[in-house]
Amino acid sequence: MTAKLSLRGVCKRFGDHEVCKGIDLDVAEGEMVCLIGASGSGKSTLLRCMNLLEPVDDGTIWLDGIDISEPGLDPQPVRQQIGIVFQSYNLFPHMTAVENVMLAPRRVHGLSRANLRPQVTQLFARFGLEDRMQHYPDQLSGGQQQRVAIIRALAMQPQIMLFDEITSALDPELVGEVLDVLRDLHQQGMTMVLATHEMGFARELADKVCFLDAGRILEQGTPDQLFSQPREPRTKVFLSRVL
Amino acid sequence: MNDTSLQSPPEPQGSGPTRRELYEAGVRRRSNRIALISTVSVVLALIVLVPLAPGWEAVQRAFFNGRVFTATFTGLLEAFVLNVMIFAWSAPLIAVTGLMIALCRDTRAPALFPLRLFGIAYTDIFRGLPVVLVIYIIGFGVPGLGLPRPWNSPYIWGTVALVLVYSAYVAEVIRSGIDSIHQSQRSAAASLGLSAQDTMRFVVLPQAIRNVVPANMNLFIALQKDVALLSFIGPVEVFRQAGVYKSLYANFTPYVGAALIFLALTIPATRYADYLMNKQNRART
Repeated sequence: MTAKLSLRGVCKRFGDHEVCKGIDLDVAEGEMVCLIGASGSGKSTLLRCMNLLEPVDDGTIWLDGIDISEPGLDPQPVRQQIGIVFQSYNLFPHMTAVENVMLAPRRVHGLSRANLRPQVTQLFARFGLEDRMQHYPDQLSGGQQQRVAIIRALAMQPQIMLFDEITSALDPELVGEVLDVLRDLHQQGMTMVLATHEMGFARELADKVCFLDAGRILEQGTPDQLFSQPREPRTKVFLSRVL
Repeated sequence: MNDTSLQSPPEPQGSGPTRRELYEAGVRRRSNRIALISTVSVVLALIVLVPLAPGWEAVQRAFFNGRVFTATFTGLLEAFVLNVMIFAWSAPLIAVTGLMIALCRDTRAPALFPLRLFGIAYTDIFRGLPVVLVIYIIGFGVPGLGLPRPWNSPYIWGTVALVLVYSAYVAEVIRSGIDSIHQSQRSAAASLGLSAQDTMRFVVLPQAIRNVVPANMNLFIALQKDVALLSFIGPVEVFRQAGVYKSLYANFTPYVGAALIFLALTIPATRYADYLMNKQNRART
């Protein structure tokens, strides 16, 4: 079986700083892959490379067997297939929650608000936000904003969802409501890649956990392998600090 | 060492003001008193000293003549309607032109490079010239081409001159607003598959424009004053009308009347712009 998303030898530099130094990764359909590692280990950059927000300097990324890392390729259709949710939500502050969600489907797919309304209302209801649709981002809690950001990405009906430390900016008591959304998405069979510091969550739900260190995937495996019997000394040190 | 041991322990605080509040109230009273005394003495000094100047009586007759003031003020107000009208049709043109120039300067597509170059040249040239010079060159130069009526009207070319200069400033203000929108907003829009144009139109510009409303208000207040410069090429607006009255009455009081009319409009407007600016600064912190 070919992977939904495959990375081979992905490199990314910012100036002289090499953030990703040859990453190989396969994500199968419906799989949840968690990237763990210290800040600055390259998790976020790797996610941004996957949906072409950052062009890769070297290496190849395949989506459904199609090379999407080819220089000069139009990134827009790819980004429509691969949604991303950011740590700082990045909602559009001048639009209500529902307008945030509808903007891209309206402009990119040319759908009308009336056409979108049932599907979007359903998404808001599914994540317990049907009474928040007309609120502006600054009228919502962090957890609510992050759920709206997830709905916004889902409204484009992507095949893969990327999550960039989406609970890191939240108050501890709000983390749960967002993790519940991820759990729900995983059960629905969404293919997901998460950069996360939520080790308990990764251990419980991930199909695969990758430990990134200084721009490389140092070790990967099932949560049980990685958390219970890490092979690499660096992994052991990292886990002993965060667990 | 010291006598703290002799003091009784502090009384538990009741419902009255705390020591801190009492102290701060005292400081406030004291500074208010000083400010009042200093203001009153400066004003008194002016009232007493200025009339002591040798030319004061002549100045008073020439600039603060009550009879001339009442005789001319209505006429000045009527002339001011023209200022308001010129402002009213210039302002929207300036806003639209400024926005377009700002967008020109922000284009990144190689095919549109001439547009970008044009935007840069435009803002450099028209911000670099005195308003009155542009009004002279355009206002006297273009009708000199021998255009037929109504195309030789100073109203048209004066307006064009104001639009050229002020849209250059507005463009720079809008561009700074565009730059102030955080990169993460563009990332979010791009990640949803929005095109660069849609990102600008629906995500960046609405936020940028909102951010620069106070700065642009200050520009439009300046425009309201600079409308008076059009009098040099013909239109009899309030400044020119005051000049006519000055000659008629051989008295400068009409200029003071015109100044009061400008202030009646610009002071509330500047106060409002400041209020908006402060509100925005507070919201940011």
